[in-house]
Amino acid sequence: MIRFLVGRLLASVAIVFAVATASFLLLHAAPGGPFDTDERRSPAVARAMEDRYGLHQPLWQQYGRAMAQLARGDLGASMKHDVSVARLIAEHGPISALLGALALAVALVIGATLGAIAAWRRNTWIDALVMAGALIGVSIPAFVLGPLLIAAFALDLGWLPPARVDGARSLILPAITLGGVYLGTIARLTRGGLIDVLDQDFVRTARAKGVPERRVVGRHALRVGITPVVTYLGPATAALISGSFVVEKIFQIPGLGTYFLTSVTERDYPVVTGVFVCYAALLVVLNLAVDVAYGILDPRMREGLP
Amino acid sequence: MTAGAWARWRGNRMAVVSGAVFVVVAAACFVGPAIAAALGIDATAIDTELGASPPGAAHWLGTDTLGRDLLVRVMIGGRIAILIAAGTTAIAVAIGVSYGAIAAYAGGAVDGAMMRVVDALYGFPTLVLVMVVMAVTGTRSLFALFALIGAISWLTMARITRGQVLALRRREFVDAARALGASPARILTRHVLPNAAGPVIVYATLALPQVMVTEALLSFLGLGVQAPLASWGTLVTEGSTQIVVYPWLLVGPGLVMAVAILSLNFIGDGIRDALAGTERGRHRAIRAPQGRSR
Repeated sequence: MIRFLVGRLLASVAIVFAVATASFLLLHAAPGGPFDTDERRSPAVARAMEDRYGLHQPLWQQYGRAMAQLARGDLGASMKHDVSVARLIAEHGPISALLGALALAVALVIGATLGAIAAWRRNTWIDALVMAGALIGVSIPAFVLGPLLIAAFALDLGWLPPARVDGARSLILPAITLGGVYLGTIARLTRGGLIDVLDQDFVRTARAKGVPERRVVGRHALRVGITPVVTYLGPATAALISGSFVVEKIFQIPGLGTYFLTSVTERDYPVVTGVFVCYAALLVVLNLAVDVAYGILDPRMREGLP
Repeated sequence: MTAGAWARWRGNRMAVVSGAVFVVVAAACFVGPAIAAALGIDATAIDTELGASPPGAAHWLGTDTLGRDLLVRVMIGGRIAILIAAGTTAIAVAIGVSYGAIAAYAGGAVDGAMMRVVDALYGFPTLVLVMVVMAVTGTRSLFALFALIGAISWLTMARITRGQVLALRRREFVDAARALGASPARILTRHVLPNAAGPVIVYATLALPQVMVTEALLSFLGLGVQAPLASWGTLVTEGSTQIVVYPWLLVGPGLVMAVAILSLNFIGDGIRDALAGTERGRHRAIRAPQGRSR
């Protein structure tokens, strides 16, 4: 187990550096530099700015510097605004993380419950209704759902604030919008996983022992049947990050996604690479956690670990 | 698709209705604008006098803020959305199938390394990478959009194909082909891949709606289809900014897009169930019957 974890951890670090390398090369291969503007600037000023960021050095030197910085945990500073990337992430990251966690919670709790009900009442009208609902939910993109929710609950009914952050209430609609997209997928995965498990021997044993059906489904079967959902958590978080750009734009939340989009259009190299590496690190850690969670959920998996 | 699977698909009412709905939507998108033009509705004619008007007899989905007929714009946008989805899915299938087939056929360390790459990309925000590429290269061409979305959508396809090829390459007819002196490339393309087509078709159908959402999402963020052209994504974007004053600008395009995506999802699910029916039937025959079924 420990060997497995150490191996995966080393692989994770390698992935993060690969991502950093890829984004470094990409940004430098792109036409146009960070100081290309319409305003006229004397050659001396341009020189000074390029000197400060080492832009005239050969590529491999710039690369070496960037990687050495990263290895020290230094993500550099913005070229457009007087702020370090680490500070940007520290300031705007938490609100995005909170939004993502809320969205995931919404999707997991409601999705897994609906999926379990559908599996339990498999091939009845309840099952058909839940699965059709899940498919409809999957088919409504966040950028359609979000504005509609604003129109209905914020503007028409006036129950919730339409945008901006002023307390937890303003995060309810964004979390539903962001989580709603995955809710259907999670319900379908839970149903599929549970149906596979419900036919297995240990479930039959539980039933034979006289465990009530609700407990058989909710405890014995769900614990193993939920593994497809756990597998999906990695891709779901990746999708959550892309989704956060949309949701933060719709609800005007000053999160990390908003800043990433701005820095992408501004060609603010250090911010783009810094935030990108930060996203990659987050996902790598999460995927590692998913692997560990397998062993905890399904004891049979523990032996399978290399 | 075998005759049995086709019969099962036709027995799935939701799938058949969705198939019909999608054909109607697609047909309307491709011929609708021409019919509208024949009837004297010009989608590019700007009528600022009229401005945004709600749905009515003259304009079924209303008009946008420049007085252009929204229905025609939705149809033209659908054309681009469907074309991008089809082209991109084709790219994703091409990459995924060849990658998965090569990995499975090579086997051993090559297979292991190739699939680790897929694993790593799976948990990766590939869409973010596309955004970075679109933004830094400043490219706004439709072709780049095709290529980029295709380049991130092949992962599942590669896994599916690999699984299929792994199972198929041990079969007797493959041994027979090898014994007859067929080259690996010929065995793969003529003997193995045609037999792996079923699951590939299923995932291609299910990839279509996903790719459609990806395109719309990029357009929503301002990185996708650009101004003189319109896709469902750009129409929805316009609509979402006007939701307070002119709600029909979002509801019309949003609804059409959701219906198209939903029907594609139902079609794909139907095909999967139809093909799985054969598999499941076989398994049932082999495994002892499970008395309990709820």
